[in-house]
This record gives sequence, structure tokens and C-alpha cells, in this order.
Amino acid sequence: MSIATPKYLSQSLAMKYFFVAVVLFGAQLVMGLIAAYQFVNPEFLFNVFNFSTARMVHINALVVWMLYAMIGSAYWMLPEETGIETVGIKLGTLGFYVLTLAVTIVVGVYILVQVGPGTEASIWLINEGREYLEAPRWADIGITVVVLIFVYNVFATVMKGKRTGITTVLMADLIALAGLYLAGMFYTSNITMDQFWWWWVIHLWVEATWEVFVGVLIAYGLIKVMHANRQIVEMWLWIEVTMLFGSGILGMGHHYFWIGTPEYWWEIGALFSALEPVPLVGMLVHVIYDMGKHNGKVNNGPAFNWFIVNAFGNFLGAGVWGFMHTLPQINIYTHGSQFTAGHGHLAFYGAYATILIGMMYVAIQRRNGIEEMRSTATSKWAVSLITIGVLGMTVALTLSGYVQAFVERAEYGATWDGYFIAQGATWFTQGIDWRLAMGVVTLIGFLLLVKDLLTIAKRSKALAN
Amino acid sequence: MSEDYKEPESVWTSNRFWSRSAGWVTGFSAVLLILLTMDTLGQITMGSAEDLANKVTKRVPSASVINYKVTYEYSAARGHEVPVIGEKELFFGRNDYSEAEANALLEKGKLTSQAKNCMNCHTLLGNGAYYAPDLTKAWLDPAWQAGGVMQGMTGTTSTDEAMLVFFQNPDKYASHARRMPNLGITPEEAKGLVAFLKQMSSIDTNGFPRNFNKIQGSTQK
Repeated sequence: MSIATPKYLSQSLAMKYFFVAVVLFGAQLVMGLIAAYQFVNPEFLFNVFNFSTARMVHINALVVWMLYAMIGSAYWMLPEETGIETVGIKLGTLGFYVLTLAVTIVVGVYILVQVGPGTEASIWLINEGREYLEAPRWADIGITVVVLIFVYNVFATVMKGKRTGITTVLMADLIALAGLYLAGMFYTSNITMDQFWWWWVIHLWVEATWEVFVGVLIAYGLIKVMHANRQIVEMWLWIEVTMLFGSGILGMGHHYFWIGTPEYWWEIGALFSALEPVPLVGMLVHVIYDMGKHNGKVNNGPAFNWFIVNAFGNFLGAGVWGFMHTLPQINIYTHGSQFTAGHGHLAFYGAYATILIGMMYVAIQRRNGIEEMRSTATSKWAVSLITIGVLGMTVALTLSGYVQAFVERAEYGATWDGYFIAQGATWFTQGIDWRLAMGVVTLIGFLLLVKDLLTIAKRSKALAN
Repeated sequence: MSEDYKEPESVWTSNRFWSRSAGWVTGFSAVLLILLTMDTLGQITMGSAEDLANKVTKRVPSASVINYKVTYEYSAARGHEVPVIGEKELFFGRNDYSEAEANALLEKGKLTSQAKNCMNCHTLLGNGAYYAPDLTKAWLDPAWQAGGVMQGMTGTTSTDEAMLVFFQNPDKYASHARRMPNLGITPEEAKGLVAFLKQMSSIDTNGFPRNFNKIQGSTQK
């Protein structure tokens, strides 16, 4: 079976999205390192570029690069799944430029203006000040319009071309993903109400719709990389959707333990969020099963390595690390500590970064018509160093989180004083130092990844000749 | 379903069965979430000044709670601490803020908390970043009470005044090496922030944080 595909405009657009995604991934790491260093040396850029700014750009760049790579992956898959060029691709391309311009302006304002006066104008123009959803309101509206164009592209194309299980799930998921963003676009003085709807976006994205998106990418990836049987892959996909939404939607309850919401969320949140790792185990088994069935024969080494890291990383980061503090009896001591940061790092990396990087390798291979793309030494160093770096940060932050849970929360009753005593405890600061060191390891891995993404096609072609 | 789809013999390997299951399970979960949301929204809607005057307990009390003393006490019935709204208390020299005045203060404070990006250093209700202390019960924290470090440093004699002075020049009143930066907070914004923190401390958070300032050995005890 030849791997060469016609030059679809949709796939050219996908490459543009991937390119910006990698740039933003780099920005995420640089901002993370600044924030990590400020933990060690709080005077660094104090009153010039404060922790709050570095951290805001760190997490926003994370969310946006992942959305870019997800949109890119969808534009990539679409013509191959439907057999036709994406409908309305010119509008889609225009949307890309509008979105990229908007993101550039937002980041520029974050970095140069940083904060505004306590008025609605600040929320519209500078920064909404709600973690992860900091984008000012004008940008929210812009993002929504561009995403609607994207959703139109997907729906119109699937309706006109061939419809598969993969595209059916993709369509349903995109509608939910785009619609949920609207829940974060209003102001209220009631902080409990604010946080209640805030979680509708954050949780139902990262613990439901994004996970289903990952299921779609794994399904597509396994078919392309190891020629897995579509019927079996799509059956797994439907099972995953059943389990992910079955546990993830009501699993939202674990965010409603302590924000002013009623006690019944304790039971609902505990039960359903404890079930959330089950589909992740399923996804892990699925990938390993398919790998065994095809004797590990793959046509894209680096993509497959990233898929494997995804299977384990999703299970460990989102599943195990999430489960560790999901029960209210434990969460009352860990909520709002570095424990959450540890979980966040491994979950975002394991569940999302890995599969999206894998998709970039799939796109590079197919764009260049490479029959078999093997890992280079750089590919292997990149995946190893980034994985070691993120795992290292996760373990370090988890240990610091334990110190917070025991010292700040249990021993000192969560006071201002207790907070700073825990922050100064040796085991806490050791964790924070190791996080910085492991962040540097991650950055080195990232630089190798960029080098590999830029050069692997040329090398593979040279090898083939 | 693709055209070359073959219906397998067992239902457990049938794509049709699983796609329908996905639809039903998702639909059922979504409906349940919406029903629970409707109930929760009723319970977390902000109370009124009348509720406070009539001692009606609300999970999220009205902004007028700034006119009252707030404490955080153990409830044997619920097995954890709950906020208790007591007698009238002066807030910047007054305890007769109308509901509209209190709402305006709260709105100014909440907007300021967003515009100044508080959540990317602090946690509010436990959500946010972990670079600075949680603010859920900051109003009740011993560091801000009489004898606490913050009143001492700012040369004030009440929690509200200490916070007012601190917010305007936080980098000058550092309790630890990790200081709060100067965010250009005006006196009006600072007053709003104090109201926001006081109102947040009165929210029923199901006992979070647990044992707040109750453990022996705390340096403030």
C-alpha cells in the first residue's frame, strides 16, 4: 500500500497549525522555566515580569498550542477519512490567519500590559484573570468565530464525503468542545458561581471532550502507522467514548467538593471520578493489543514511540495521578497544593502533548510520501529527554505537594503562616529545585524535537535512496 | 459506519451496539449533570441582605455580609467547620452598608481580583496557582488579626485597615522572601478587594480548609 497522498489544501493548512503549535510549545516551556526559577529566586524579574504573568503565559500557551495541534490534526485527517478535499478550506485558511493574529496580540498584551485597573474594560481588553481562561473577552469571541469555521469545515466535509466511525465521533466531540467554551464567557461577582461554570469549560474539556479527541487520534494513528483493522479500532473508539463520557461528565463532581457547592457532589464526584481511569486503562490495553497483533511492525517509528508514551502517560498522569487525590477524604488536604501541579504536568503531557507530537510525525511522513520513517537518534533522545523531564517534574512536585498536605494543611491548619512554613521546609524546596532541573531537561528534549521535526523527512528520504 | 462494515456475531464486538451505548450513556450522564446543575445553581445563588438580617443561612451570603462578624467554627452536625455569621461589625468604620453599596464594593473587588490576575499566584477556593497562600479564608487568618504579623507591619489596628494598606504597597510589607508585587492597586480597588475577601470567607466550602488554624503547634496559637 503506497503511503503517498494527493496534496490536499487541508493538509497544507494542518502543517501551518502544527508549526504555530510547536512555536507556542516552546513559549510554554520558556515561561514555565521563568516561573520555576522564580520559585527558587523570588527576586528574579520581580515587579518587572512577575510570577503571575509568566505562569499565565505558561498555561495559556499550553492550552493554545494543544488546540492548534488538535485543529491541525483534524484538518490533516479529514481528507484521508472522507476521501475529498475539505469543504470551505479557503475560509478555514483565513480563520487560521485571523486566529494566529489574535493569539499574537493577546500574548503581546499579556507580556507588555500584564494587568489593568479593576474594571470590565480590563476583562474585555487585557486579561480575564480566570486561570486557563485568561484570554480577554474580545479574543474569546474571535476564538469562537474561528472555531465555528473549523466546525463548519469538518461537518460540511463529512456530509459530502465518506463518513466513518472516526469522523462521526470527531463531529460529535467538536460540537461539545466548542459549545462548552461559551460557559466561560460571562462575568459574575459570585465567586462560587464563577468557579462552578469555569469548571464546565476546564473539566469538560480536559477530562471529557479532549480525551475523546485523543481516542479519535489514536484510532486514526493506529490505522495509519500499523494498518490496524478499522472495524476493530472503531469498536474500541466507541467503547472508549462510552467509558470516557460515562465517567468524565459526572466526574466533574470532584471539582465541586470545596467551592461552595452542596455536599452531594462528594459522593457523585468520588464515584465517577474514581471510574475515570478505567477508560484510560482500556486505551492502554487497546494500543498494546494492536501492537502485539501486528508484531510491533510499524511504518513510522517516532510517531509510534509517541503513541506508546501517550498510552502509558495518559494512564499514569491522568489516571493514576488523578486518582491519587480524587477522593474528598484525601482531596481536602491536597486541593490547591503542588500535588495538583504534579498531576497537571504529567496529565497534560501524557494525555495530550504526546499524541499531538505523534500526529505531527504522521503528517511529516505522509506529506513527504515516506514509505517507512524510522526514528533517528535525535527522535529517540527527544522523546526520552522530554519524558524523563516531565516525569521528573511530576515526581518532584508530588513530593513538594506531600509536604504541603502534611505540614501546611494537616499540621498548621492551612493558615498564611502554615503556608510559608511548608514552602520553606527542606523537602519542599528540594522538590522545587528538582522541578527546575527537570524543566531544563525537558527544554533540551524540546530543542532536539524541533530539530528532528525539521530534518527527519530529509534524512528518511536520503536513506531510502 | 463504513460501507464495508460487517456485522459480527457477538453483540460485544458489534460497533452498532457500542455506538448506541456511547450515545445513551453520554446522553444519560449529560441529562443527570444538567439536573444536578439546576439544583446546585439554586443553592449557590447569592443570598440577600434580608436573609442576613433574618439569620437565614445561605451557602453564598449576600455582599452585605461585610456588615457582620464572620467566624469559622466546628459544626458537630456536619463534622467540619462552617462559617458562622454573627453580630454586626464595623467594616471601614461602618456597619450599615446598603445592599447596593455592598454589591458595588464586592463587584469592584471581584473585578480587581481578575484584572490583577490574583489567581495566577494565589488560590481562591483552592483553585489557581500555588505561589502564594490560599485566599479562601484569608479574612479570618491569624496573620491579619490583632497580634498578627500584618497589622504589626502595616501599623494598623484592624484587619480591614491592614489589608487596605497592604494591597496598595504589598512589596513594602513583605512577611517572607517571596513578596507580593506592586500591581498598582488604588485605594478604591483595595477596599473592594477587602470586601471580596470578607465575603469569600463567609461562603460555606464544606469544611475546606480543614482544621483552619485549629491545630496545636501553629505559631499563631
